[in-house]
Amino acid sequence: MSTEYNFAYLDEQTKRMIRRALLKGVAIPGYQVPFASREMPMPYGWGTGGVQVTAACLVPDDTLKVIDQGADDTTNAVSIRKFFEKTGGVAVTEETANATVIQTRHRIPERELSENQIIVYQVPIPEPLRFLEPRETETRKMHALEEYGLMHVKLYEDIARHGHIATSYAYPVMIEGRYVMDPSPIPKFDNPKMEMPALQLFGAGREQRIYAVPPYTKVVSLDFEDYPFEKGGASQDCGLCGAQDSYLDEMIMDDSGARMFVCSDTDYCRERCEAGHIGEMGVPLTEDAA
Amino acid sequence: MYVAVKGGEKAIDNAHTWLGEIRRGDTDIAALSVAQIRNQLSLAVDRVMAEGSLFDPDLAALAIKQSRGDLIEAIFLIRAYRTTLPRFGASAPIKTENMACMRRISATFKDAPGGQVLGPTFDYTHRLLDFKLAADGEVGKAAKVEADANEAKPRITEFLNQEGLIQAEPTVDATPPDLTREPMELPASRALRLQALARGDEGFLLGMGYSTQRGYGRNHAFVGELRIGEVAVELDIPELGFAVEIADIEVSECETVNQFAGSKTEPPQFTRGYGLVFGQSERKAISMALLDRSLRWKELGEDSAGSPAQDEEFVLYHCDNIQATGFVEHIKLPHYVDFQAELELVRTLRKEATEAKAQREAMQ
Repeated sequence: MSTEYNFAYLDEQTKRMIRRALLKGVAIPGYQVPFASREMPMPYGWGTGGVQVTAACLVPDDTLKVIDQGADDTTNAVSIRKFFEKTGGVAVTEETANATVIQTRHRIPERELSENQIIVYQVPIPEPLRFLEPRETETRKMHALEEYGLMHVKLYEDIARHGHIATSYAYPVMIEGRYVMDPSPIPKFDNPKMEMPALQLFGAGREQRIYAVPPYTKVVSLDFEDYPFEKGGASQDCGLCGAQDSYLDEMIMDDSGARMFVCSDTDYCRERCEAGHIGEMGVPLTEDAA
Repeated sequence: MYVAVKGGEKAIDNAHTWLGEIRRGDTDIAALSVAQIRNQLSLAVDRVMAEGSLFDPDLAALAIKQSRGDLIEAIFLIRAYRTTLPRFGASAPIKTENMACMRRISATFKDAPGGQVLGPTFDYTHRLLDFKLAADGEVGKAAKVEADANEAKPRITEFLNQEGLIQAEPTVDATPPDLTREPMELPASRALRLQALARGDEGFLLGMGYSTQRGYGRNHAFVGELRIGEVAVELDIPELGFAVEIADIEVSECETVNQFAGSKTEPPQFTRGYGLVFGQSERKAISMALLDRSLRWKELGEDSAGSPAQDEEFVLYHCDNIQATGFVEHIKLPHYVDFQAELELVRTLRKEATEAKAQREAMQ
């Protein structure tokens, strides 16, 4: 652990400022709290918001898991995990069940989280109304007045044009019947998981916003009575572990374009493989297999 | 058989080592020293200090070396370092009217007290490549007249002010907000706007300033005065009860004089735009002044033409190159999951469209 910086990099004053924003966020679920985001030693867009929230939550006894696209070994997940190992000396894990804090980009783990866990989302554009109204001054007013008609019109137009709501990720949700919230760019497949026992915190560094969904908060994906929300998902099973209930990555295997579908949640897939599940293209695990 | 790809950690380590090697380049060629960069690429150093919001030429030179000359990357290094610095206090406002000018020009008056001082400018150089430089050409020594240190260089705009011809700047005693310590909330005060512009991207400011000259929110600017030189920074020491000089810093300052026919609330008079930048960067100082003036339409009771340069939210949210480069470049990070979701959606929509088409054709 590096001692040149304070525990988990940020100084205590900054952490206090972030914790105050977090508390406000928890008190008003789904409301975007402005916070004085700091310039971090990684670029905006790489998860500076999530990193600051994680830094403000971590204590020395924590066990941290970092995933990007569901995987622990994607380069940016590796880089962020290393950052906290170096500046916080915290224990790290790839096992969802063993983590106390999970920082994620674009996924919610398949395994259900518990009350003892915090999940921190990296958020690029926290404003769900941003692509309907580019002005922050306007969208803040719209939230204050609960003026979400524009969003419903957008969803309606999707249906009129395509027969479906044409949003497949960052699918907007209504939090506890009050604020429309961007769940960060997770696939809509993950939306139903958001009513969970764990605390969910969202950090948007560049946009200087923090928001939160406390445990067991009501999270409703926007839809219409006659066009109910569908979470979607692949029609295949995972090629490695045979899972039918998990979100899959599609991989191109050869020049002729053969495809393989594999769990995006690498830990879930590992756990299933170790439990003896084998997919169509998987191999049984043996004792000496690396 | 397929084995999931692993090894991100090793790839990162190797990439960093390789980057270090490439940065150093051919080891048969002497390495650049930080002192060389500081002294011989001083305008690059100035830009990094200005947009990095940290006045430290040595660190800026180091950042340029480390970033292989990518100035936005160097600015990023300085910004990230700056965040970790403790704050001892805030200086008193610098007094640019007392600047030790190495350059001071006015485009509005042929002569004025203090005179026109051309200084070391590219302005009248012929842009012909100097091949002697490639062969280590020696430089000449400029003839210098020892300037009278006491010769005051009063602000040009003050002469207009005496006649009441230029709008007076309201003085505010309030502590200006700190963009790096509080989240930006709009509408922004002029102090906050200037703060954002001072650390904003030179290219962005240049383009936006240029757009005002081409009719997108035109504000008829003259460079009333442009001065570059050193100013003293003073800090109040509570234990002493008075301010002491802690440093001299070099800054570029531009005040524009803008034609103004008057509005519902203001009489016909000249108005001002203001630009201040660390180091020598008159391009940015002028651009900043143009942009400052165009953002002041509301305060002066003008109508907005709806031009980008008059749009505070547009300008302030997009002028920071560290934010911009991060978000623009982040789309190269993995987006497998979102893309997968889009693939599924497009496949579904296409399937339905094809089926509908087939059905229509069958009915015909």
